[in-house]
Amino acid sequence: MFDSLTDRFEGILSRLRSRGRLSPDDVDEVLREIRTALLEADVELGVVRGFTQAVRARCVGLELSQSLSPGQQVIKIVNEELTAILGGETLKISYASKPPTVVLLAGLQGSGKTTAAAKLARWFKQQGRNPLLVGADLQRPAAVEQLRVLGGQAGITVFSESTDPVAVAAAGLEEAHRLGRDVLIVDTAGRLSIDEELMDEVRHIAGAVKPDYTFLVIDAMTGQDAVSTAVAFHEALTLDGVILTKLDGDARGGAALSVKEVVGRPIAFASTGEKLDDFDQFHPGRMADRILGMGDVLSLIEQAERTFDEGVASKGAAAMIEGRFSLEDFLEQLQQVKKMGSVSGMLSMLPGVPKDLKQASSLVDDRQIGQVEAIIRSMTAAERTDPSVIDGSRRVRIANGSGTATADVNALLKQFKEMQKMMKGFGKGGMAGAMGGLGGLFGRGQNMSPKAMADLAGMAGNVDDPSAFGGPADGPDALGAGNPFAGAGAGASSQRAGKPRGGKGGKKGKGGGRVTPKVR
Amino acid sequence: MIDPGLITSTSDVIIGLAVAVPVVVVGGGVALGVRLRGRGRKRQRSTVVREEAPPGALPSPKAPPAPVGGVADVGIRAPSVEVAPAVEVAPAVEVAPAATYRGRMGKARGLLSGYLGSVRARAKIDASTWDDLEEALIRADVGVGATDALLDDLRSRVKAGEISGADGLIDALKADLVATLCTADASLAVPGSGSEQPGDDDSGNGRSVDVWLFVGVNGVGKTTTVGKVASRLSAQGTKVMLAAADTFRAAAAEQLETWASRSHADIVRGAEGGDPSSVVFDAVQRAESKGHSVVLADTAGRLHNKVNLVEELKKIRRVADRSPGQVVEVLLVLDATTGQNGLAQAKVFTEAVDVSGVVLTKLDGTAKGGIVVAIQRELGLPVKLVGLGEGVGDLVDFDAAAFVDALF
Repeated sequence: MFDSLTDRFEGILSRLRSRGRLSPDDVDEVLREIRTALLEADVELGVVRGFTQAVRARCVGLELSQSLSPGQQVIKIVNEELTAILGGETLKISYASKPPTVVLLAGLQGSGKTTAAAKLARWFKQQGRNPLLVGADLQRPAAVEQLRVLGGQAGITVFSESTDPVAVAAAGLEEAHRLGRDVLIVDTAGRLSIDEELMDEVRHIAGAVKPDYTFLVIDAMTGQDAVSTAVAFHEALTLDGVILTKLDGDARGGAALSVKEVVGRPIAFASTGEKLDDFDQFHPGRMADRILGMGDVLSLIEQAERTFDEGVASKGAAAMIEGRFSLEDFLEQLQQVKKMGSVSGMLSMLPGVPKDLKQASSLVDDRQIGQVEAIIRSMTAAERTDPSVIDGSRRVRIANGSGTATADVNALLKQFKEMQKMMKGFGKGGMAGAMGGLGGLFGRGQNMSPKAMADLAGMAGNVDDPSAFGGPADGPDALGAGNPFAGAGAGASSQRAGKPRGGKGGKKGKGGGRVTPKVR
Repeated sequence: MIDPGLITSTSDVIIGLAVAVPVVVVGGGVALGVRLRGRGRKRQRSTVVREEAPPGALPSPKAPPAPVGGVADVGIRAPSVEVAPAVEVAPAVEVAPAATYRGRMGKARGLLSGYLGSVRARAKIDASTWDDLEEALIRADVGVGATDALLDDLRSRVKAGEISGADGLIDALKADLVATLCTADASLAVPGSGSEQPGDDDSGNGRSVDVWLFVGVNGVGKTTTVGKVASRLSAQGTKVMLAAADTFRAAAAEQLETWASRSHADIVRGAEGGDPSSVVFDAVQRAESKGHSVVLADTAGRLHNKVNLVEELKKIRRVADRSPGQVVEVLLVLDATTGQNGLAQAKVFTEAVDVSGVVLTKLDGTAKGGIVVAIQRELGLPVKLVGLGEGVGDLVDFDAAAFVDALF
């Protein structure tokens, strides 16, 4: 998503970092690059201008701080400005005192309204609400059918009838009263902002159901047109927020910045995958950090806290640091990881993870994890503790037991051995050591460039002042984002602090790259 | 909100694991070349393919009388069809295509003509002339790279004295854009022509079935485009078989079925969650046995950065190309609102399935679809069709000159 933008900034600023001072020419060069980067990220031209001007105003004549390098100062300013555009806080949904709380979704064709409607309904359900979906898209063939299927998957009742959209919406409201539902979500047909007839229609739908929240559903891949669309819908409906869809693509998502800036309404929700669960509230503070290459560590940790069993985790941590991490531990942790969601989604949140690895991880699916599990489960306790006892005949037995080939078993054992080495690296040399281990892992199976490896290994030593990346202190999210780095113990900070900087190849969150944690 | 002590223990493990687990799992898989069939999407293996078209619809659809002129396909409404969902799409307006194109695009012209107006108002070419042109191009989603290249070229020509005056500059820019957009052959495969190609008959047994694949990311309008193309071909008297190979999105097949009945085409459906390749395969088989010459295969929307899904698409193409099937068109459907990401989409899909052309949809809105300029420049992919509305006749041949005019 925003990762490509991250790359750009990192490219520009790494050049800056190597310089001692920031001359006006430097500022201009950086701004030109930032402008290009933002335009290529589909940020609207006017917004780009405003942004670069704001950054320029703050950069030129800036008193150079003692503790920060000029590059870090620019990053900080850019970060603050980005956060300012994206908005500091997550939208809080307040429920109508007289239920149902009515939510109206509108947008262009193909922006993902129907899917978003079902995902939103599921989200409300997870919040303990009892939503009713109304299919008022009578335009596109089988749209209501699609909503019914998705509603069925999410376990949510769908109401629709083949009258006209306004009548359906009104009848849906009555139905919600009748069934005692406390949230009503109205899916509407896609419409162009210049189609006056259809814009009138959606206005009438809004008039009929009096929505508490009107969301514009917008595709993260949208180009410059995002702004005119958002403005037109805002004029017609008075939006309360935006739902950004298809964020799991590699579009840079500049539309998010543009819309927020021009319409002044927050990005309320983000949809980051094809599963109904890949949907959550949008965390703007974290997004700015993400743009700057800090990854979404906070989201990851929150998600982990929710799903990780602390006992199992700290047991694993101890084993890891002491270098006695067995296959048994690995199996336990694997199950923890599985609870957290997709591996590739998790990886995409981490800063500094090489691109090759992220790409590779998108190849992981549940079945492969299942295969690994099966292999380990086919081992005896002794084998799990000390894999070196596994000889040829044991391998065959394990392969037979797990329904795999001996080659699979061999591969797993080999990888595990490498991982153990890496774990020892974690214990001893911090991130640099660990990444060195990673390099070993990738030396064979994957074609990762030596340069990328060197970059990674060099990362740990590359940090002068991690607190510079703590993000601006406006809003809880931004503060929180700083915490993992500032608040961690000394021993740990050597591991993590190295990361925000690295990320040479850190791009393209593959697969289910989730922005925000899954709510269970 | 977060206890630092907890972070030290938990987050260390998490970060370690997040890196380690995939390394082990993937590393093992990659080393082995594990078959990556799994799409990440859950799918039933069994594919129940059945034919949904009512028997009555099977005999060659009576091609509605073709309007006069070379634009027989446009503006035709299918005669009333028996299977109609509760509420139908508003009837397409029958307008001559050129007028439609300019008329529809014209709605959206207001904004950009402003820039050119101010450019034309200044007799001389100065710095703000270039700024205005740049702004116009960027706001049309042409992109920084293509814009810079176009303007740099013009700058040097202005310097060399080849171009003078603001009007001359605008004309030159338009001509450049039109030339860029016309560098590749934008004509569509003629139904049945595939079988006549020499060398293709090696396999012997008679006619091949043309397969058109429609690919693209989610929500660009693939299914609608398939429906419109089906109507267009049917109207020309071609017997069309639709393959509902979007087995992922809920109700995608129902949507296509509506189009099938509107356009008097047959349709082959798979089970929801079934294997899309087998749907295409089956459609080709059926097309052959029924003597249909073209299979139009709708595929599920997929983001181009999802490796497994792109692999699946490659497989669909391979299967479709198996005799008697022959892939003659792979059309990338692109939403005109798409920004710079469109280029990435075009690159990946072209690499994966050898895209033969672009269908630019939703051009009747305010979006200009300028990204196709960059796509044509970098990949040489021509725009072949343009979608200008929801009606069955609102899919027209690409007209570079009209498109460029509408850009400004």
